[in-house]
Amino acid sequence: MGIEGVGARVARKEDKRFITGGGRYVDDMVVPGMKHAVFVRSPHAHAHIKKIDVKKAQAMPGVVGVLTGKELKADGIGNLICGWMIHSKDGTPMKMGAWSPLAVDKVRYVGDAVVIVVADTKGQARDAAEAVEITYKELKAVVDATKAIQSGAPQIHAEAENNLIFDWELGDGKATDAAIKSAAHVTRMKIVNNRLVPNAMEPRAALGHYDKAEDHYTCWTTSQNPHVARLVMSAFYNVAPENKLRVIAPDVGGGFGSKIYIYPEEIVCLWASKKTGVPVKWVADRTESFLSDAHGRDHVSTVEMAFDKDNRITGLKVDTIANLGAYMSLFSSCVPTYLYATLLSGQYNIPAIHANVRTVYTNTAPVDAYRGAGRPEATYVLERMMETAARELGVSPAELRRRNFITSFPHQTPVIMAYDAGDYNASLDAAMKAADYAGFTKRRADAAKQGKLRGIGMSCYIEACGLAPSSAVGSLGAGVGLWESAEVRVNAVGTIEVLTGSHSHGQGHETTFAQLVTQRFGVPIDSVSIVHGDTDKVQMGMGTYGSRSGAVGMSAIVKALDKVEAKAKKIAAHLLEADEGDIVIENGEVKVAGTDKSLPWFQVALASYTAHNLPAGMEPGLKETAFYDPSNFTFPAGCYICEVEIDPETGTTEIIQFVAADDFGNIINPMIVEGQVHGGIAQGVGQALLEGAHYDSSGQLLTASYMDYTMPRAGDLPSFKVSTSNTPCPGNPLGVKGCGEAGAIGSPPAVINAITDALGVVDIAMPASPATVWATIRATKH
Amino acid sequence: MSDVSLTVNGRRVSGNAEDRTLLVHFLREHLGLTGTHVGCDTSQCGACVVHVDGRAVKSCSMLAVQASGSTVVTIEGLADGAELHPVQAAFKEHHGLQCGFCTPGMIMTATDMIARHPQGLDEATVRAELEGNICRCTGYHNIVKAILAASETMAKGAKGKAKQAA
Repeated sequence: MGIEGVGARVARKEDKRFITGGGRYVDDMVVPGMKHAVFVRSPHAHAHIKKIDVKKAQAMPGVVGVLTGKELKADGIGNLICGWMIHSKDGTPMKMGAWSPLAVDKVRYVGDAVVIVVADTKGQARDAAEAVEITYKELKAVVDATKAIQSGAPQIHAEAENNLIFDWELGDGKATDAAIKSAAHVTRMKIVNNRLVPNAMEPRAALGHYDKAEDHYTCWTTSQNPHVARLVMSAFYNVAPENKLRVIAPDVGGGFGSKIYIYPEEIVCLWASKKTGVPVKWVADRTESFLSDAHGRDHVSTVEMAFDKDNRITGLKVDTIANLGAYMSLFSSCVPTYLYATLLSGQYNIPAIHANVRTVYTNTAPVDAYRGAGRPEATYVLERMMETAARELGVSPAELRRRNFITSFPHQTPVIMAYDAGDYNASLDAAMKAADYAGFTKRRADAAKQGKLRGIGMSCYIEACGLAPSSAVGSLGAGVGLWESAEVRVNAVGTIEVLTGSHSHGQGHETTFAQLVTQRFGVPIDSVSIVHGDTDKVQMGMGTYGSRSGAVGMSAIVKALDKVEAKAKKIAAHLLEADEGDIVIENGEVKVAGTDKSLPWFQVALASYTAHNLPAGMEPGLKETAFYDPSNFTFPAGCYICEVEIDPETGTTEIIQFVAADDFGNIINPMIVEGQVHGGIAQGVGQALLEGAHYDSSGQLLTASYMDYTMPRAGDLPSFKVSTSNTPCPGNPLGVKGCGEAGAIGSPPAVINAITDALGVVDIAMPASPATVWATIRATKH
Repeated sequence: MSDVSLTVNGRRVSGNAEDRTLLVHFLREHLGLTGTHVGCDTSQCGACVVHVDGRAVKSCSMLAVQASGSTVVTIEGLADGAELHPVQAAFKEHHGLQCGFCTPGMIMTATDMIARHPQGLDEATVRAELEGNICRCTGYHNIVKAILAASETMAKGAKGKAKQAA
């Protein structure tokens, strides 16, 4: 590795603009004549719309337009869709209710968009929004998924009887039941995974601009996947044909899944721009983000885990109810199914697994993928079960895990996934060593002398990343392929642009992707630029989520680099009158191996464009395109250990140490990888200790601001001890696995295992806030 | 409507804004200084921190007219020409940012924090002082590291200057 090549801790190229105020986010965009939009949203969780009167609002100062769902429908704008078809176990397709970008007859959650108001300033639009008169007839609401599927619950969509969207299963039910029946021991738990709000720091935003002269639309949007946005808005929402629609996702301030989806606002802003004849910008307030961004998690599971007399797992049975909210968001159906149940084997040899998943409509914000998406829920189920089982069986949590680890690869689980490589003992050993696990007993005793309760907990996670082999996901119901594309353009002066379908919203692609090029050709990293986020510049791409940009996005770049290298070698061989097989490219020089004959890199590039002396029949230019479709998922895995100290008087939990030992395969930039792990852990610790979205029984979101929803702050967290081990991924050319979600996947059970260990209780609800911990201590005492 | 005139990043500027205009909106929309961000509605996130008369202020918690007559420094005015401020340099060196959205507010808070602690900073103090700034990407680990490093660099710089003066 060179100082700027693969494996180096290269400082980020993109940082300069962010640290000097030069970042360009959607809200920073100004288009001549631009006006500002405010959405009028439903204050009710469930109601019929009886009447909408916009006359007063239209007459307000500065107002350009007040538009409703009826007008939107009259113009043929389509309903929002869920792009992953799931069939119930009886063979019937999922029951998808209609989701109009602006509600027409009925609203189904607090925050459902009903009217868009466009005015000269945001203040004027806000004033006018207050003047829109909507008459509602309130209906009973239901927010709890377990209640929504009971008979007599309010019916949210006519299409889904009893609010049941699908009743799906995976695995062998009979074999699993038999294993439980004949088990030496069965651990049983009800496990709740709390609802979260992703909370990227940049609120969602959209700027729609219709150019009448060209009959062309441009949409600046906070998207993790602008090409998918263009495809879906074109193919399903009838906004415009793809060639008449440009989608730009400039700097995007975090996503964590919540900016994958195509939401009503960007569609409505584009349509409203044509309707009003002005560019229309909308930027969400934070409370609006809480109300209308797709939420995450919200599972309730009943779980049974069977063991034989040697403490080996013989079966796992999981029955999960997943709350999908009021409408089916773009990928909502695959999260509690193929991203969840397929990971229920964890790091363990489990001969029989059966998962049953019911997904349910409720009068809450739509629920979709949030950092980890299904895999944190699976990990939480498994690792809470393993901890509880170890306590019931009277063996150490580490020993129980070791006894059941998968140790030979490839390994076919009973739930679709074929693990390709891993060394789970290595991460467990590394984590226990870093945490001084052996010294915990003494530390606990010392803390007890101070009147404090110490606990330690571990979590051994696995995830499936590198989403995903197109034919595999297609066979499971995905509406799209999950390959990635790349184009490598060598300019005539030898500088290089890489156009990628991946999208960076904090991941540092402008640096890591450039490191690949530097590694390959030995050119300075400053001579490489990464271009992303604009459908007019980059060919079709699938975007960034599911830790796919390394394993899939970079693999596409590698393929394109292979082609560029091959052509450059042909040109050099011709110019140097050497055999193509003898040409090597190093340190910015194209050389004939074993001789002193060489050409600087830029001269080969220049020769390709002057085309004065190319091999016979060769096309001019040095620019290559590649699509990469992975052959398998990748399987990052690791072990996290959390040690907590609880003050029994206040219920306050302090994290004494948090250790992460991950196996991400090969690593391009360790500094960036560590940063991803830190951020993921903070979100996972946030879920376990602080965060929770709460609706009251009438469907009002009680946690709709930073005054009410507890975001992790610097003082809530320690510095983390992170390390990595490496079993290279055999499935892609770089041997990488992906690191973006691990922290959020592995950490919640480690924290809760530590807290329950400290308190001597079986379970505690997330978030284990001081109030919850305090109440648990009091309840245990009595 | 009110007249607002202030010194921003060393330049005298003036404008006419609706009375309800917040300082952050005046900076962003009237002056085009979009480095200062808005991340919440409740003065919790700190993405909008700027310096007003030498003190860190959440520019969403102040009307533009209230700032009239003041001297304001935003993230755009922190570097000395092409040379980064030591806090900016430390954020880059220690990977103290990912998506960049909270970063301007973090850096403006950090420079104020370091100035108020000439005796130096420790991790616990930095974490407590960051109470008013939310980051969703970094888990704060590298932000804390960057601020501690910048604090040391600046202390050394100050000592060097003092020696030179002597």
